[in-house]
Amino acid sequence: MELPKADELIEQLVAQMRPSIAPDTALVGIHTGGVWLAERLHAELALAAPMGSIDVAFYRDDLDSRGLHAKARRSDIPFDVEGRPVVIVDDVLYTGRTTRAALNELFDYGRPARVDLAVLVDRGGRELPIEARYCAHRLAQPLSANRNLQLERDADGAFSLRLIEAK
Amino acid sequence: MANNPQLDANGNLKHLLSIEGLPSDMITAILDTAEPFTEVAEREVKKLPLLRGKSVFNLFFENSTRTRTTFEIAAKRLSADVINLNVSTSSTNKGETLLDTVDNLVAMHADMFVVRHASSGAPHLIAQHLEATRRPNVHVVNAGDGRHAHPTQGLLDMYTIRHYKRDFTRLTVAVVGDILHSRVARSQIHALTTLGVPEVRAIAPKTLLPSDVERLGVRVFHDMREGLKDVDVVMMLRLQNERMTGSLLPSPQEYFKFFGLTEAKLALAKPDAIVLHPGPMNRGVEIDSAVADGVQAVILPQVTFGIAVRMAVMSMLARG
Repeated sequence: MELPKADELIEQLVAQMRPSIAPDTALVGIHTGGVWLAERLHAELALAAPMGSIDVAFYRDDLDSRGLHAKARRSDIPFDVEGRPVVIVDDVLYTGRTTRAALNELFDYGRPARVDLAVLVDRGGRELPIEARYCAHRLAQPLSANRNLQLERDADGAFSLRLIEAK
Repeated sequence: MANNPQLDANGNLKHLLSIEGLPSDMITAILDTAEPFTEVAEREVKKLPLLRGKSVFNLFFENSTRTRTTFEIAAKRLSADVINLNVSTSSTNKGETLLDTVDNLVAMHADMFVVRHASSGAPHLIAQHLEATRRPNVHVVNAGDGRHAHPTQGLLDMYTIRHYKRDFTRLTVAVVGDILHSRVARSQIHALTTLGVPEVRAIAPKTLLPSDVERLGVRVFHDMREGLKDVDVVMMLRLQNERMTGSLLPSPQEYFKFFGLTEAKLALAKPDAIVLHPGPMNRGVEIDSAVADGVQAVILPQVTFGIAVRMAVMSMLARG
């Protein structure tokens, strides 16, 4: 399958977001690909509020079956969530469960004015009523469950999308 | 013990009974898991949903307000329901055995027991009983048993040392005080040697050292000034007055003179040495106020890290 160029998708995403971003909007990236993407968006949109990051390991709904991820990173929300517009940023939108977990976590920091979701790619396969307001690319056919699509960043900081056959 | 009841067949943590028997990568995994939990205390809502719907029973057969409270806070920050049973004042007085108490609580759908007991091995006994009666989803955390072990204290001390000193393999660490009666000391020494600390020193009067202490892999010093020379970490122990039987010590004043940590003695350690104490402190007995409140003391950070470490242990146990 031909994957689009990550840099072109990021440009499209910036173009979609720019008209509707408020001056006090804050971005929150979901580890790991979402944080990389949020860093780029934060720079390109020249947002005033510092960027946040979230690791949803503690909010997942499959703890009983999968256990705790051993390398969870600390979440970092360096701004006051209360009353602020927030955009959650992730590289790929799939079942929606990660977004659900990120929403739950975000609300433990306060009550945001509104929350939107920005993703590079929507791969289909939703299991929850969640959609991205900003989305650079939708796959024509949903990816099957044994395939994993993710953003990668090389040593020079260049982005690419990678499709992996899961075991 | 032939098998290690703390780990399941896949090497996951099933019970936390002692640091002895935990491989170093498991200790490191617990410390790594604790790290992101330290941030939860800074949130508006200090709660994570990891133990939502689980019931944690604090079974304290021996009083310890501090330890019980930190376990309670840890479990509540993970959204568990916490039930505190002060067993020393309840059913055991009516003649119920330890295992009958456990069976009754399992019948109330307990998911985890946090056990403090004056007898060494009581948490082991409970864990074995749960295995024997095939209740693999009920977990035991040792919160201190007799003179044997206090693993979460040992782990939070390791977390504190790693936070300030990063690399265990370059450290000289002194454990000072009543090592004979101290389950904390035993857990600390096992953890330090497992994590590769090249020199662990035990500083104590002869009467407060177990006879086989050198088998734990420590260098023994009876002179505190000699023992503190160039150490990176000073781990003070509480003088356990309530456990003192017979004439092990002449007087607390005499003890302070020889084994109390003063600024003058601490000056013999490295200039950036840190001072730990498990609490509660006896000021003027094992530690001078000037040191306890000084810049090298990390005693209050220990308490804060202790909650994150206990959250890590409980959430690792609750898996699967």
